[in-house]
Amino acid sequence: MKVRIKFRKTGLMRYIGHLDVMRYFQKVNRRAGVDIAYSAGFSPHQLMSFASPLGLGLTGEGEYLDMEVNTCGSSAAIVKRMNAVMAEGMEIVGVWRLFEGAKPAMAVVAAADYVLTPEPELWEDIKEKAEAFFAQEAISVRKKTKKSEKEVDIRPLIYDWRLLDGGIFVKLASGSADNLKPELLLEAFCRYAGQEYDPCGFSICRLELYAREGGEAEGRLVPLSDFGEEIL
Amino acid sequence: MRSQKRKLALSHKILMSVEKPARYIGGEVNAVMKDPDEVEVRFTMCFPDVYEIGMSHLGIQILYDMFNRREDVWCERVYSPWPDMDKVLREEKIPLFTLEGQTPVREMDFLGITLQYEMCYTNILQILDLSGIPLFAGERGEEDPIVIGGGPCAYNPEPIAEFFDLFYIGEGETVYDDLLDLYKRMRARGTGRRAFLEQAAGIPGIYVPALYDVEYHEDGTIRAMVPNHPHAPERVVKQLVVDMTKVPYPEKPLVPYLKATQDRVVLEIQRGCIRGCRFCQAGMVYRPVRERDVEDLKEYAVKLLENTGHDEISLSSLSSSDYTRLKELVYFLIERFGERDVNISLPSLRIDAFSLDVMSRVQDVKKSSLTFAPEAGSQRMRDVINKGLTEEVILSGAAEAFRGGWNKVKLYFMLGLPTETKEDIEGIAALANEVARVYYETVPKENRQGRVQVNSSTSFFIPKPFTPLQWAAMFTKEEYLDKARTVNEAMKRQLNHKSLRYNWHEADVSVLEGVLARGDRRVGRAILEAYRRGCLFDSWSECFDNEKWMAAFEAAGLDIAFYNLRERSLDEILPWDFIDAGVTKEFLKREWKRAMEGTVTPNCRAQCQGCGVKKFGGGVCFEGQD
Repeated sequence: MKVRIKFRKTGLMRYIGHLDVMRYFQKVNRRAGVDIAYSAGFSPHQLMSFASPLGLGLTGEGEYLDMEVNTCGSSAAIVKRMNAVMAEGMEIVGVWRLFEGAKPAMAVVAAADYVLTPEPELWEDIKEKAEAFFAQEAISVRKKTKKSEKEVDIRPLIYDWRLLDGGIFVKLASGSADNLKPELLLEAFCRYAGQEYDPCGFSICRLELYAREGGEAEGRLVPLSDFGEEIL
Repeated sequence: MRSQKRKLALSHKILMSVEKPARYIGGEVNAVMKDPDEVEVRFTMCFPDVYEIGMSHLGIQILYDMFNRREDVWCERVYSPWPDMDKVLREEKIPLFTLEGQTPVREMDFLGITLQYEMCYTNILQILDLSGIPLFAGERGEEDPIVIGGGPCAYNPEPIAEFFDLFYIGEGETVYDDLLDLYKRMRARGTGRRAFLEQAAGIPGIYVPALYDVEYHEDGTIRAMVPNHPHAPERVVKQLVVDMTKVPYPEKPLVPYLKATQDRVVLEIQRGCIRGCRFCQAGMVYRPVRERDVEDLKEYAVKLLENTGHDEISLSSLSSSDYTRLKELVYFLIERFGERDVNISLPSLRIDAFSLDVMSRVQDVKKSSLTFAPEAGSQRMRDVINKGLTEEVILSGAAEAFRGGWNKVKLYFMLGLPTETKEDIEGIAALANEVARVYYETVPKENRQGRVQVNSSTSFFIPKPFTPLQWAAMFTKEEYLDKARTVNEAMKRQLNHKSLRYNWHEADVSVLEGVLARGDRRVGRAILEAYRRGCLFDSWSECFDNEKWMAAFEAAGLDIAFYNLRERSLDEILPWDFIDAGVTKEFLKREWKRAMEGTVTPNCRAQCQGCGVKKFGGGVCFEGQD
């Protein structure tokens, strides 16, 4: 049976890199006695995959991982069991049994919500410029790849935005097809606002991950948790 | 857990600017948080190396658990900041802090530093320096923590004596309660630091360097080491646990986020070793062998795996094969956890039918390699060091392993042993060749999966205090490298040379380690000079800077040859003679003489040698006598 788990990664857990988070969850499963399935072979590993790695230094309110389990109690029971062995800053929010035929989270991620919170003084300097920045028809940035640098327009990859008290909410393309890292957006914004971009000058929190309904390019964006049902 | 949001000592900006920020944030699974207002003593345990190394150390886990069982004590941890963080802390003038409370180390009551290897000595100075604690114990004031050293290198604490307020000689489970209770009583009376140290010197096993004066002969050797205070005993007696069933074992060890060097449950099955290898300090100072109860161990194993979520358990001891209930324990683990869900690792295991059976069930034979530690290439040399392994045993073990499907073998040797000849050195290559030959003889052509791989590595022998070889002379760097070259050339001449690989350790680190291992109090000046010149993380080859160390010795006016290149006379007063480690000097002298004759000595279970540790009243000395 495939289940999808939604978790929060906050506080000091933001300094734990993706590989260490994977190892962390393997140990959580064993401490909590989750009946996870293992791969075949001489060095079996837990059948578990993450929707999308979260960069070092970012926090997440809506992170996802899929697991294959042999047996499983109710959603409520498994949430409770896992949370009983969690470290400060990690919390299981929900567990769902995936619908028949649902694709792995990592294959379907299409968008992500973020809250970008600059340091207060920086915010005072740039917030006036936000409206005009997002109103542009095109936002051209230089994107570095391994081989070359090229100009790309990131405006189509910004699906939504609004000003918050002290920060900005954005919905960005995410995943294997189109992808916009929030850091790249912030860099462009700072340049536009005439400020030097300091990667540590912002707190970045990923709120939610979405996939397209029906897997269609024009499909509605729905949260990854909607692809399964609660186990009663 | 007390608070949901701990305030970190470092800003987001700083944490994002260094490699692996998880080294500095604490908050690991099973970390202990307490309310500072509700404890009376704050103790910080330090392993003076990088986080991933320090987190792998069992001793700290044991002490961390033991201290935190006391309601009035909060034990926290600190490790050496990596050079990138070191730089930031200095530039930003941020005092070094504890991982749990993120509190400046200087605000602690005690800073306990574990001394596991000599090449961490400059890191000790870094810890003190970054904490804002004066480097010399004599310059510390009432506001500074009491700095304690313990662990194997405390058996010769003299090179670092002046940096410590006190040393704890022996196993941590014994007199720490007395020390902490004394501290609380004396602090309540407001008697001050000096008075506390003077009283502490009266606790068995506690050594307060400031209460001893050392006088030297003109030739540089020690004339006398004399207590200058009535509470300071002439000899400090090692403390040890007599009954292993009576000491607690940490059931909820810390589980780091970063991958530690030992990413597994470590289960200590016994302390000490019956073998009596003459080069081995642990084998001497941890005498007598004391086994843990096998039923206790089974229970611990289950709890530890459950509480940590590790998928591997390692049975720890100096010589696992000598644990009398090993089979029972190992087969229990395999049955309880299945052959594939939990990996069982068995270091220090003799290769025989039992160990091969176990390994074939818990490891991937194709990938794993077998390890033998003959330590020396010729039988004569192995007799000198009392390593009871014969060529016959090695070759029959290898043959059995080859039949079982293994085709990789590792061999460990030492170079620079006393009385060593060219034949002994070349014997290393000859033995490696024999192992390869056994493979081709044992495994028919159609069953071979490529060539057998025999990897030999040599380290340079470093005489350690409280071993029968403690009087031995060492060699110069050039002489060491010549020895390694001799092995390398002999390897190339072997019939099976295509199956043989050879590598050797750096010689300059060995030279230094030799000085620090057997040095006296004056060596502390060179350590300080080296630190001032920027030496740090000396056990890391990418950090080690031999030229700076050589300059430091010159500036300190010390001659490395004095410490390394002379054979000490049997009546010389050695810097560590004031410690009573259990084994008597008479026994060690007897063993030194037997070594020079090439006579082997039977192990503790075969025949008691009267080494002196029977006076502790437990362990193997009394086996079968209750």
